[in-house]
Amino acid sequence: MIAATAFDETLARQIIERRRSIPGAALPILHDLQHAFGYIDDRALPLMADALNISKAEALGVVTFYPDFRRQPAEGRVMKLCRAESCQAMGCEDLVAHLETRHGIAPDEPKPGAGLVVETVYCLGNCALSPAALVDGEPVGRLDRARLDAIVLAAKEGTR
Amino acid sequence: MTARVFVPADSAALSVGSGAVAAGLEAEARRRGIDLAVVRTGSRGLFWLEPLIEIEGADGRQGYGPVAAEDAAGLFDAGFLSGGAHAKALGRVEDIPWLARQQRLVFARCGVTDPLSLDDFRAHGGMKGLERAIGLSPDAIVDEIVASGLRGRGGAGFPTGIKWGAVRHTSADQKYVVCNADEGDSGTFADRMLMEGDPFLVVEGMAIAALAVGATKGYVYIRSEYPHAFDVFSRAVEHARAAGVLGERVLGSARAFDIEPRLGAGAYVCGEETSMLESLEGKRGLVRVKPPLPALSGLFGKPTVINNMLSFASVPWVLAHGAKAYAEYGVGRSLGSQPFQVAGNVRFGGLVELAFGPTIRELVEDFGGGTRSGRPIRAVQVGGPLGAYFPKELLDTPLDYESMTRAKGMLGHGGIVVFDDTVDMARQARFAFAFCARESCGKCTPCRIGSTRGVETVDRIAAGVERQKNLEVLRDLCEVMTDGSLCALGGLAPLPVLSALDHFPEDFAAAPKRAAAEVEVR
Repeated sequence: MIAATAFDETLARQIIERRRSIPGAALPILHDLQHAFGYIDDRALPLMADALNISKAEALGVVTFYPDFRRQPAEGRVMKLCRAESCQAMGCEDLVAHLETRHGIAPDEPKPGAGLVVETVYCLGNCALSPAALVDGEPVGRLDRARLDAIVLAAKEGTR
Repeated sequence: MTARVFVPADSAALSVGSGAVAAGLEAEARRRGIDLAVVRTGSRGLFWLEPLIEIEGADGRQGYGPVAAEDAAGLFDAGFLSGGAHAKALGRVEDIPWLARQQRLVFARCGVTDPLSLDDFRAHGGMKGLERAIGLSPDAIVDEIVASGLRGRGGAGFPTGIKWGAVRHTSADQKYVVCNADEGDSGTFADRMLMEGDPFLVVEGMAIAALAVGATKGYVYIRSEYPHAFDVFSRAVEHARAAGVLGERVLGSARAFDIEPRLGAGAYVCGEETSMLESLEGKRGLVRVKPPLPALSGLFGKPTVINNMLSFASVPWVLAHGAKAYAEYGVGRSLGSQPFQVAGNVRFGGLVELAFGPTIRELVEDFGGGTRSGRPIRAVQVGGPLGAYFPKELLDTPLDYESMTRAKGMLGHGGIVVFDDTVDMARQARFAFAFCARESCGKCTPCRIGSTRGVETVDRIAAGVERQKNLEVLRDLCEVMTDGSLCALGGLAPLPVLSALDHFPEDFAAAPKRAAAEVEVR
């Protein structure tokens, strides 16, 4: 995960230009924009709409349909925490409760200063080693409270 | 001579430290002045043994696992490079009963070879299917697939050869092959393992499909929750292109075919084929009304073969060994092998490829070894979030398409999730609806509205509000969703709900275990 950087219209135009001619370019462009800036800035949408010859409403519609695309930068690290059936069977909801009671972090509700954003995902394909998470793209299996505490702590220190 | 040690870089193995193990072994070898090559492989799928490292011995691969980075010095002290005794020694990997009892057709190479080495791929039997296909007419390839009995591994079980035949016989200036790698079902990881462990197999299978139907362009739609798989697979495609497996002349033939991996963006519904097409076209992943079938009018309105990754991955074996040999595996109309995935609360979870027809019990008890928590098994969900929950009494149900349908379940993508006796089945039923509500594309009313009404109704039942009436409402709602939804998301979400209701009615009993305050009824 790339840290959020200030929106740069020239760079956004370059990213869009590089991909615009491939068929069905919207998702690849949006992924590239998010990779470059850490989020999809609203100012990029008219640029993409214009390049792909779609309306601004359509561009916005695509962004909002897909859970991956964030419209504000994430502060700090991003932990995608699996809460699907296999991880439920191994106590992921207990980890969610622990996150809230011990660290005051609720999934999908960014907390200023935490240095960690926890996002609910449904399945990371690591179901034989549930509970599973992905921390800034790095897979974590057999997640337990101690490991969770370490991740939260490291993230908090990382922001200082 | 350089000694070789094989360390998985599969993301499940990475998730329990295989990256640190590789680094630790390399550092220790340097310290001791030993010439060591660490080969990063996929995983064999024996995940409770990961990180599972292997050494090439005179007598085949010797395994050690689960290995931690701190074990490096001890392994060298024990002389592990020549198969020395160590507390973590597992003997010959192929002799581990859990693996020896499997019938690995699709996963024969996964975890054995360097996933990005075409030489390794060929040395272990790869590319024979495509080589044979190049010498066959398109109709002969389609006939071979029809004769093999191969059916779609994504869940619907439609005969793959029939689908290919439809695309083959539709004329168009452009046709596409689309591989569904939006493996979103909880409890499944076979596609991910293949992309990370044997990506050329998928390339080979898709190229065979392209030859059969006359397509020149393929897409692989990979979910964004699999960043490592996307990375490895994308590199594999580049390697294949550089080596002339893909491109203007496939393996030197007069046929062109190329593949473009595409990244999804977190929408479960995009695993539904028409939603996936919309997404590939750069739109919101709204499900399309069928007809027209994608075989006639699919991606960008062109005839399109869409198959699950496991279907494509089964094709090279069929071509290399013949349809007849393939059809000798399996039972009834469920022929060939199925990579089952054993997950959840289970001691020995992982990838179990078997001919169709084992019982759920064989997978969760014989292979799985029961629950990891040590408590009794109470429920087993087969087929992902839209699959049924089976109680203990039904564990002898065979895993094939027809038996699962008869048992009011479905095989789906072959995921099997074990729950112990602490599971609350009303809560699981509620989750099935909540998941459907979150993931619904919103196009059809039964799914969009019904899923939310379902959550509310389960909550009322759990809270003891007009229980009998609400149970009737729930069943009625399930019928509406089953019969009225556009796609399998809304259409199958009632499966887990009804199975929970039918097999575990006590969890929906009047005296609620939860405090009323916990129940979110709006």
